Amino acid sequence: MLTVENLSVSFVTRMGTTKAVDDISFTVESGKITAIIGESGSGKSVACYSLLGLIPQPPGRIDGGRVMFENQDLLQLKPEQLRKIRGRDIAMVFQDPMTCLNPYMTIGNQLMEPLLYHKQVSQAQARKRALELLEEVGIRDPASTIDNYPHQFSGGMRQRVMIAMALINEPKLLIADEPTTALDVTIQAQILQLLAGLQTKRDIGILFISHDLAVVADIADQIVVMQAGRIVETGDRDAIFRNAHHPYTQKLLQAIPRGGKAVELPATEPLVQVRNLCTWFQSGKTSVKAVDDVSFDVLRGEVLGLVGESGSGKSTIGRSLLRLVPVTSGEVHFDGIDVTALQGRGLKNLRRRMQFIFQDPFASLNPRMTVYDTLAEPLLLHGIENRSTVGAHVLKLMDDVGLARAFVRKYPHEFSGGQRQRIAIGRALATRPEFIVADEPVSALDVTIQAQILELMRGLGREYGLTMLFITHDLAVVRQLADRIVVLQKGKIVEQARTEDLFESPQQQYTQQLLHSIPGRSLMELNA
Amino acid sequence: MWRFIGFRLLQSIPVLLVVITVTFFLVRLAPGGPFSSEKAVIPEVKAALEEQYRLNLPMYEQYIAYLADLAEGDLGPSFKYPGRSVNELIAAGFPVTAELGFYALLVAISIGGIAGIVASLRPNSAQDYIPMSVAMIGICVPSLLMGPILILVFGIYLEWLPVSGWGDMPGDKILPAITLGSTYAAYIARLSRAGMLEVMSQDYIRTARAKGLPEWQVVVRHGLRGGLIPVVAFLGPAFAGLLSGSFVVETIFQIPGLGRFYVQAAFNRDYTMILGATVFLATLIIVFNLLSDILAAWMNPRLRSQYGGR
Amino acid sequence: MDAPTITDIAQAEQGSSLWRDAWLRLRRNRLAVFGLAVLTFFIVIALLTPWIAPYAYAQQQLELGATPPSAAHWLGTDIFGRDMLTQIMYGGRISLAVGFIATSVALLIGITWGAIAGYFGGKVDALMMRLVDILYALPFMIFIVLLMVVFGRNMLLLFLAIGAVEWLTMARIMRSQVQSLRQQEFVEAAISLGLSPATIIRRHLVPNALGPIIVYTTLTIPSVMLLEAFLSFLGLGVQPPQTSWGLLIAYGAETMEEYPWLLLYPGLTLVLTLFSLNFLGDGLRDALDVRGAKD
Repeated sequence: MLTVENLSVSFVTRMGTTKAVDDISFTVESGKITAIIGESGSGKSVACYSLLGLIPQPPGRIDGGRVMFENQDLLQLKPEQLRKIRGRDIAMVFQDPMTCLNPYMTIGNQLMEPLLYHKQVSQAQARKRALELLEEVGIRDPASTIDNYPHQFSGGMRQRVMIAMALINEPKLLIADEPTTALDVTIQAQILQLLAGLQTKRDIGILFISHDLAVVADIADQIVVMQAGRIVETGDRDAIFRNAHHPYTQKLLQAIPRGGKAVELPATEPLVQVRNLCTWFQSGKTSVKAVDDVSFDVLRGEVLGLVGESGSGKSTIGRSLLRLVPVTSGEVHFDGIDVTALQGRGLKNLRRRMQFIFQDPFASLNPRMTVYDTLAEPLLLHGIENRSTVGAHVLKLMDDVGLARAFVRKYPHEFSGGQRQRIAIGRALATRPEFIVADEPVSALDVTIQAQILELMRGLGREYGLTMLFITHDLAVVRQLADRIVVLQKGKIVEQARTEDLFESPQQQYTQQLLHSIPGRSLMELNA
Repeated sequence: MWRFIGFRLLQSIPVLLVVITVTFFLVRLAPGGPFSSEKAVIPEVKAALEEQYRLNLPMYEQYIAYLADLAEGDLGPSFKYPGRSVNELIAAGFPVTAELGFYALLVAISIGGIAGIVASLRPNSAQDYIPMSVAMIGICVPSLLMGPILILVFGIYLEWLPVSGWGDMPGDKILPAITLGSTYAAYIARLSRAGMLEVMSQDYIRTARAKGLPEWQVVVRHGLRGGLIPVVAFLGPAFAGLLSGSFVVETIFQIPGLGRFYVQAAFNRDYTMILGATVFLATLIIVFNLLSDILAAWMNPRLRSQYGGR
Repeated sequence: MDAPTITDIAQAEQGSSLWRDAWLRLRRNRLAVFGLAVLTFFIVIALLTPWIAPYAYAQQQLELGATPPSAAHWLGTDIFGRDMLTQIMYGGRISLAVGFIATSVALLIGITWGAIAGYFGGKVDALMMRLVDILYALPFMIFIVLLMVVFGRNMLLLFLAIGAVEWLTMARIMRSQVQSLRQQEFVEAAISLGLSPATIIRRHLVPNALGPIIVYTTLTIPSVMLLEAFLSFLGLGVQPPQTSWGLLIAYGAETMEEYPWLLLYPGLTLVLTLFSLNFLGDGLRDALDVRGAKD
């Protein structure tokens, strides 16, 4: 139905011309799902946006190729002709449902817009159709919510509205750009199911763009792997997953977290004891119970996984342990010391022994300090080194986290995301802490980088003899790393168990639902 | 929404009280009595005058009496024009200033808004640079220079338009309105350009394009509302600026408006007039700030629902 | 792996700091460079005026009267036969001084106020910012006119009054900077390292808040200079025998029909200065990548 032949797109800026998409060809058949996989900067989104003339020109420039859709070349169409196709025959669903809906317009008006523009229907007919579709995508009570504004919906619901909007004109092709990336796992599973269901029912073709092989494993028929603007491998799903030829595809497959950590946990005494911890935030007159009466232990030398979806309070627990947010009530004991009662010098000494690794490597480094300054700061502060000896120690840290020494005088913005996270890890390890809280340390990174950083953390954990609290939303990641897992929901603990026990026989319904939502289950069956 | 309006109204009351109090005592602090310039006033006359202006009372009683009068809308008698009340002077001058301000605002919003939107549609092209360069000139050539230049060019050299007056000759309102409005037209142009650029780079604009809407509909239906919120929020401060700007423009064009009265009162040390006019203008400005804030909040559904209901 | 040595650090390739990047970007912006050059030129002239002015400030030549520009008087003379160039140079001293001093006052109050409110947050912040909100609603222009009337035309008061108006926005900018920086993870990281609040403010907050402050300062100076011109034009600011560009424009406007150069040259000088400052401010905003500093 859609055939892309030798498409090339480049961006012309003052710095020169960069080829974003380089001579790619692929097809989407009706009633099938073709997935384009690639990491950030691979050109996957640019490729799809240029099909519909949605990249700004300039700086974008289509250098050549053909895009055949229903016997016409989309690239040769005039803007007005292309507009007639957009939203009618080819519709799109975007990544972030928070920003992709107009906040100043009711969802009903936004939903009806493509219908009113492309087809000759009355306002009343359009509204009726909109209500039907909202019902179909699973919005409860559409009649009373159709006149609401986007901010009154949750992320998952907004994505359902986006999907309804794309489907309202019965398009023949749907382009979905990372439609589930911004959503929680359980919501992601629901949206994927919805998309797959609608696709079978309506027999439309879907072009599904994603960075995550696991996500598309369950639904794609065809998979196209892109790297640096080129297609490195194309094939049907089973072929790609069973015997990928290209080394990059193999690397991507290996980067999918799977399998568990070898059990090596000797029974030890607890290093951190959390008892009845409550952290509430005041928001106007109501208090939000971010963490509500939580108790658990972190044993010396273990990696404890703290798992939950957004709003579960997992990050707040981590911050509470290190006194980065004020604790409302409860106790946190670290090696016998009551952390919540510490002040001044005692607190400073404690901070030498416990450290934090943050999620966003672009926000967690001071943009005006060099790597050297960042790494030297904790060493000098705690009197571990003096001005004349600190240099050698900084270089040692650079070696440990796998950064070239030549970069020591560079600033954070000159590094990639993965390199920045290495700097942040180096800073956390500088004082040789016993306990580390890692808050989603890899979720902002590309999959292959993610695998490298996890490997680094595993190695350093062993080398430094660390105890770690690993906070994540990603069950597949935590399974690789954690000895035990605590599952959180809405500020409370749902279940805690040894990792393998939890995966094999989850006791609580919510845990079962979480495990069920892990993308790529069919992939595991394939490999099994 | 009503709660928001109520909250803001309540907030304005202390502000107004502060303005009245500060102004009142500042004026009383001023060196030299109101009649010091007039020599040899007969003691009986002076006493009578002092009684009329309540200067014989202690300061705090004067203040309370002034507040009481104010509550009834009475701004008291003028020092300089015996027999005329401040209310009358304001009533004479304000309609002129209001008309001038209205035209200037019209100039500012229409020219500034259109220029900003046009510029934002093709950033970094001639369509952007030309209106924005003109706007830069508008910002850098203040009204006190713009006025004389316009008079020189259109009034004296070209003899197209009258050089002064208000409502005496056809076309004599054009130059003052342009002089007063030009700076604000420039600010609005820059604000609306920045606002539109910000909005047009949002993801939901891409969504609108993906629906196949023609570009003008994307701009009008999806862009304008969000893009113009900063402009609406700016209208309050702009109004305050227009009022004080009218001081200069009315002086240049010899327009018998409140601004000119105010400056004259300042020179003549007509303290009750200054006091009365300050209170009046401050109230006006506070009300306008309130209106523009409410309008801007009402345009944003998230804020609207935050304060309950529509 | 051999033991690391200090020399490795000396040999490491120099990184490019955000300040250096910004400077390179600014240098590419021709208008901003032009603004910076003009401004520097004017400031140097203003500083040297008593020594380089072609005539004495008060020197009148009544018999000469107003003459158009000539070899002896490059910018002509006014109706008292005073040299226009000299007048503009001395006026510039006052106009520029008002601009810079009042802005410094505003900067000092605004930054301190905003930083305290932003850093401590909570009730302190609510109280301090509510006060700013209240002051914002006051018609300050009118108040300055009032002040000048009540206290006479005192230059020092003029500086202070104008500075007192302009600090409000500065405080808001500083507060929002500090607030957003405080929530950045690198500040949390600094806290978790055990750094003291003073060190965090000095090393982590201030250097990162500086960009917007610099940009806004550049844009405050022209608006302050305009205020002064406005007051002087109305006869409520600088008083003879002192002069300023605003006053010169006011006099020029009175006689512009017969002697247009008396309006033209002070006007041009003021406009050129305002242009320079605005170009520089816009250039700095782009170079430092500051969003929404003023409009």
